[in-house]
Amino acid sequence: MSAPASAAAGDELLVVEGLVTSFPTEGGRRVAVVDRVDLRVARGEVLALVGESGCGKSLTALSIVRLVARPGRVDAGRVALAGRSLAGLGPPEWRRVRGGEIGMIFQEPMTSLNPVQRVGQQVIEAIRLHARVSRGEAHRRALGLFERVGIPDPASRLEAYPHELSGGMKQRAMIAMALSARPKLLIADEPTTALDVTIQAQILDLLRELGRDLGMAVLLITHDLGVVNELADRVAVMYAGRIVEQGTREDVLARPQHPYTVGLLESLPARTPRGARLVEIPGAVPPPEAWPSGCRFAGRCARAYEACGDEPGWTQIAQLHAVRCHAIAREIGS
Amino acid sequence: MALESHIAANLVAVLLVALAAFLTWRARRSRYWRERLVEIGRRRPLALALIALYAAVALLDTVSWREELPADRPGASAGLLETRSALERLFPADFQEASYSAPLADREFYGDAPLAHPGRHVLGTDILGRDVLLLTLQGARVALLVGGLTCLIAIPLALLAGIPAGWFGGRLDDLVFFVVSTLASMPSILLLIALVTAIGRGPLQVCFALAVTGWVGFCRLARGETLKIRELDYVHAARALGVSEWRILWRHVLPNLTHLVVITFVLTFSQLVLSEAVLSWLGLGLDGSWGQMIDQARDELSRDPVIGWNLGAASGALFVLILCVNRVGDAVRDVLDPRTLRERA
Repeated sequence: MSAPASAAAGDELLVVEGLVTSFPTEGGRRVAVVDRVDLRVARGEVLALVGESGCGKSLTALSIVRLVARPGRVDAGRVALAGRSLAGLGPPEWRRVRGGEIGMIFQEPMTSLNPVQRVGQQVIEAIRLHARVSRGEAHRRALGLFERVGIPDPASRLEAYPHELSGGMKQRAMIAMALSARPKLLIADEPTTALDVTIQAQILDLLRELGRDLGMAVLLITHDLGVVNELADRVAVMYAGRIVEQGTREDVLARPQHPYTVGLLESLPARTPRGARLVEIPGAVPPPEAWPSGCRFAGRCARAYEACGDEPGWTQIAQLHAVRCHAIAREIGS
Repeated sequence: MALESHIAANLVAVLLVALAAFLTWRARRSRYWRERLVEIGRRRPLALALIALYAAVALLDTVSWREELPADRPGASAGLLETRSALERLFPADFQEASYSAPLADREFYGDAPLAHPGRHVLGTDILGRDVLLLTLQGARVALLVGGLTCLIAIPLALLAGIPAGWFGGRLDDLVFFVVSTLASMPSILLLIALVTAIGRGPLQVCFALAVTGWVGFCRLARGETLKIRELDYVHAARALGVSEWRILWRHVLPNLTHLVVITFVLTFSQLVLSEAVLSWLGLGLDGSWGQMIDQARDELSRDPVIGWNLGAASGALFVLILCVNRVGDAVRDVLDPRTLRERA
C-alpha cells in the first residue's frame, strides 16, 4: 500500500518516497538505518518528524539533502522538491539546492558558527553564495535578516564574534543564515534542544512566524512532544528507521493509534496524574543490527501477536491519519 | 648573469620587511588578532624588545652595498670594489688585528705586539684577529635566517600534506602517514648529516635539510586538527548552506589552524637555531653562525691560558635569543590556545 496523502494533492513541496540509508556493520553487512521512509510536506506546512534518539530522524533529514557522512550511504529513494526530482544532480547543483532551496538549522547553535570569523561576515558569505550581490548590498540584507529574526542592535551584532553572542542569539543568527536565500523548505533538526526553556519558546514563536510570513514549509525534527504541540501541522512518528504513524497534530496527539505513539504519550509527565507512577514502554530500542524483520516494535508491544512477524502495511484511520500496525488493522477490519 | 649576492641579500631584506608589514596590516584589520597581539605584547614586553633588537641587527647586516676601497687600506688599488653591510660600516673598515686579544686589551694575548685599535675591541678578537662583537652581531643574521627560512619551508609543506590527509582520508592519508612515519623513525641528526652532505652546505640547502627533518611533527598536528575540524558543527552547517569543499577548507579549516601555525612557528624557531648550532659543531653548519664560533672554541678551551670570550659571546647571544623566543612562545600559546581562550573571555 502506498503512503497516505498529505494535505491537498498537487500542493506538495517535498515528496520523499522509499528513502533507504544504510551503514555497514562490523560483520560487513549493511543495515538500513533509514528504511523505506515516505514523507510529504505541503507548501507552507510544518511537518514534525518525531522519535527517540537513534531512530533515524536526523539521518532522514541528512539523506534528503544527501549529506550523509561516510560510511553511511543513501541506497534508494526518490526525493522531489516542488515537482523537480533531485535524483542525478551533480555536486554544483546540489550546492545550489542546499541553502538555496532547502535551508537547514541544527541542534547546536553554540558550535555551528566558525569561531574565528565575525558573525556578519559569515551571514554575508551565506547571502553571496546564492545571490550575485555586492558586499554592501549583502551587508544591507544581513542587517535586514538579523532584524527579521529578532536580534536586537543588529548592526553591532554583525560585528561580533560568535563567542560574544548567547546561545539564543546564535540560533537566531543560524536561522538568519538559513533564510538568507529564501528557501522553500527549512529543515530544523532539534532547533531548540540545546537552548533553555524561555529561549526555546521564543525560537519556536519565531519559526512559526517565519513559516507563516514567508510561506516557507518546515520539516521539524524533534523528540520533544511539547515542541510538536507548539508548532506542527502534521506529525510523522518514527520508530527504528521506519515511519509508524502519521496524521494531523490533533490526530496523532489526541487520538494516537500505534501502540508506540500511545506509549510515548502516556509516558509524558504532564499527562500523568499527580502521584501516579509514570507509565513507561518496557525494554529499549534495539540497535539497528538487531532490528526484527516484521514490525520493529513487536518485541516491546503488549498487543503483538503472530502476524507482527510480517511487515505491517498502512491502515487509514481518518483522511490524513494512517498507521502501520497489524493489531490496529485487525481491530478496524473486524 | 647571476644575481650578485649582495643584491640578492638586499632583495631578501626588502621582501622580509614587506612580508612583516603585510602580516601586521592583516592582523590589525581583524579584531581577533589585534586583541591577541596586544595581549602578547603586554605579557612579554622585554623579550619582544630583545627579539626586535636581534631582528634589527640582522637586518642591518643584510642590507649591504659596494664601494671603492679607501686608498689608505692595505691592498687597495684604484677601481677595486668592496661589498660591506650596513652593520659592518658601523665599525672601522680595518677593524682587524693579527691574532687573539682579550676584551678591551691594548696588546695581543699571546706575545706582546701592540694592537691596531687598542682598547676598542669590547669582546676581544678571535684567532684571525676579527672583532668578536662584530662576529657575534653578524651571527644574529644567520640564526634568524636559519629559523625563519626553515619555518617558511617546513610549515607550508606540513600544511600542504597534513590538511588534505586529514580532510580526504583514505589512501592519501595512508600515503602521507607512510612518509611521515618513515621520516620520524630515522634519527634526525643522521638524516640531517646525510642531507647536508648530499646537497651541500649553502644557507638554502641547510635550511632545506632542517625543514625536511622538522616538518613531520607539525604535519601530524595539522592532520589531527583537520580530522577534528572536519567533524565540527560549523563545517556541517557550511555544507548545509551549499558551500563547496575547497571553500570550506579555505574559509573554515585554514583559519582555525592559524593559531597552531603561529604557536608552532615560534616554538620550532628556537629548536631550529639550536639544531644549526649542533650541525656547526659537527662541521656542517653555516659560515658565520654562533655554532661555528662555539665549534672553534673547542680548541681555545684547551689552550693555556684559556680563551673564553669567543665561546662566551656566541653562547650568550644564542642563549638570550632562545630564551626570549621561548618566553614569547609561551605567551603566544597561552593567548592563542583555544583551551585557555574561554578562561579569559
